[in-house]
Amino acid sequence: MRNSKVVTLEEAIKRSGLRDGMTISFHHHFRGGDKVVNLVVDKLAQMGFKDLKLAASSLSDVHAPLVEHIKNGVITGISTSGLRGTLADAISHGLMKEPVVFRSHGGRGSAIANGELKIDVAFLGASSADELGNACGFSRSENAKSICGSLGYALPDARYAKHVVVLTDDLVEYPNMPQSISAADVESVVVVDSVGDSSKIAAGAIRDSKNPRDILLAKQAAKVIINSGYFEDGFSIQTGTGGASLAAVKYIREEMINRGIKASFALGGITAHMVKLHEEGLIGKLIDVQSFDKVAAESIKNDPYHQEVSAVEYASGQHLGSATHALDIVILSALEVDTQFNVNVLVGSDGIIRGAIGGHQDTAADSALSIIVCPLLRGRIPCVVPKVTTLITPGKSVDVVVTEYGIAVNPARPEIAERLAAAGLKLVPIEDLAAKATSIIGTPDPLPFGDQVVGVVMNRDGSVLDKIYNIQ
Amino acid sequence: MMADAHIYGPDSIMLDLEDSVTMAEKDAARLLVHNALKTIDFGNTEMVVRINPLNTPYGKKDVEAVVKAGVQVIRMPKTETAEEVKELEAEILKVEEEIGAVGRTRIMAAIESALGIVNAYAIATASPRMMGIALGAEDYSANLKTNRTPGGAELLLAREQIVVAARAAGICCFDTVYSNLDDMETFRKEVELIKTLGFDGKSIINPRQIEVVNSVFTPTEKEINKARAVVAAIKEAQAKGSGVIAVNGKMVDRPVVLRAERTIALAVAAGVISEEEL
Repeated sequence: MRNSKVVTLEEAIKRSGLRDGMTISFHHHFRGGDKVVNLVVDKLAQMGFKDLKLAASSLSDVHAPLVEHIKNGVITGISTSGLRGTLADAISHGLMKEPVVFRSHGGRGSAIANGELKIDVAFLGASSADELGNACGFSRSENAKSICGSLGYALPDARYAKHVVVLTDDLVEYPNMPQSISAADVESVVVVDSVGDSSKIAAGAIRDSKNPRDILLAKQAAKVIINSGYFEDGFSIQTGTGGASLAAVKYIREEMINRGIKASFALGGITAHMVKLHEEGLIGKLIDVQSFDKVAAESIKNDPYHQEVSAVEYASGQHLGSATHALDIVILSALEVDTQFNVNVLVGSDGIIRGAIGGHQDTAADSALSIIVCPLLRGRIPCVVPKVTTLITPGKSVDVVVTEYGIAVNPARPEIAERLAAAGLKLVPIEDLAAKATSIIGTPDPLPFGDQVVGVVMNRDGSVLDKIYNIQ
Repeated sequence: MMADAHIYGPDSIMLDLEDSVTMAEKDAARLLVHNALKTIDFGNTEMVVRINPLNTPYGKKDVEAVVKAGVQVIRMPKTETAEEVKELEAEILKVEEEIGAVGRTRIMAAIESALGIVNAYAIATASPRMMGIALGAEDYSANLKTNRTPGGAELLLAREQIVVAARAAGICCFDTVYSNLDDMETFRKEVELIKTLGFDGKSIINPRQIEVVNSVFTPTEKEINKARAVVAAIKEAQAKGSGVIAVNGKMVDRPVVLRAERTIALAVAAGVISEEEL
């Protein structure tokens, strides 16, 4: 085709004007199956680049090869929503001189939009793209290989980065429209063998949990929602993908049918469970920043009321148009909650980074009702504690904590406590939950943190919330 | 699982030292159960331990360990005669005397053979410590030389015999476990059947089964209202010194009153009405 932007990766990098010290960016829609980050950074290392800053929407186990690139000075700075696995372990132990900057999805969107996070070259994997760069997280061709659905977290990069390279394993005929990433924002298109391992990008529909603890937590969370005062016709909801969250959707669905109530929209990471409710007519629209399974990825391709949004449109605290501002109810998980209702979803009780902020800060802050569902104990680790290891979501945005040992309502929300108590739910002070955990497993020894800052946790407004120190 | 089994709201938790524990682990399991009973806060849940039969090398050690730890009920497996119950009673008493807690421990006998079914009433009345008898269906149906079936025809006589023996003795009776966790439909039918037969409850093997048992055994609002009307009418009649009463034009006699009282007791136990409400 005339004006084709298709080039090799090396050529795309040369054309981008990338120099040492610049910032490159990636999205994490291919989750544990992602091949783009490793492929591109390997190539950059091979081409002799040094001192690059890597701004990813998130990083996971599959990005362990970055450890070598950090040691060799190719990557000297990272910003991300989360870290897991070998890379997280190495960074927690002090691998990087420059601390990793952690931002929520909405916080990253805002930072990119307002120029705080400047991206020089974005390398964006796509499940399909045409020769001019119109790209999607799904494919309309028969060669579809690596389907992820929404490309919501890549959209701020596509729009604001100085230079955009799209990488795809399914080059389709022009025009690949409707598109997620517009050709107008794209400088080069690189065709690769594979952008991701499809078996690790998205599971089929996740099966319902049979774990009795998940079921118990889910039932309690559903009761909280149903009796919260926000469960009325036209409500909106966001849930996670944990067993308890998904099971809660099942109980909420039953009650919606019983009462003849419909939701106006479901937001955030969309799952097969939500698609089912939407297709049954129980949820009007799906607002999708990330499609969690193949069912959701198919639905966003085919259903005009299943709408893709960017991280900015999803959860920016600085854009009043973002969807979280219209959100009624959110169910969130936690690694730790403390007696001030502060939540940690990033650093494990062993002091090692093992999670992601995700949309936690954003949805908790903006929703009318935020519910944290977490077990009181995970094996011998207490999850309701006197003080969180790392502050991720401030307690003032958290309304209700549901555990298998009882439900605690933030004293700042007496009206919710009143409604739940009136419905016969047994409420306990959060201090009692922490004391219960201590009575069962005792007080853990303090973590052996050093004095090197390995991570900085940003609040969604761009201020610093907390620091993460190296673990010894 | 042991530490937080009570959060799912069972009436009793039974810790097992018998068939689910291999020979090599018997001592470790006994120690674990002993310490669990002593240290874990199980709330208001009744604690039961199934011990090994006394004619094994483990039975007496089990009794000592769990009685000393303060267990409320000992479940005696494979009970066939009243003498076996008396033997257990003597073992329990010995330990209770040693620690100064005479009479604290009660006995539930599992009946798991044809001989046990024939002797059900004698077993049920063998000791004042007897709080209930229960059917163990796997061993029982093997002993009968038949198999378990979804309808449970092979268990009918045993179930009826256990209910009748328990009622004659004035103690409780519990039905056997249902082990297919993926078939909640058949499980519910079985619970409905044993409730109709007169059982007080059913053993379960997974927290997911609790809701089904509770929903079958919890009286409906209509049943509760009817029972309340009967109890109110009888109180009024008693106040007036009248022996015969009528509710909604129907004569109410003693069995109806007893049934109404049981309905209300079940509703209170299930938490659908509170005692203050009464």
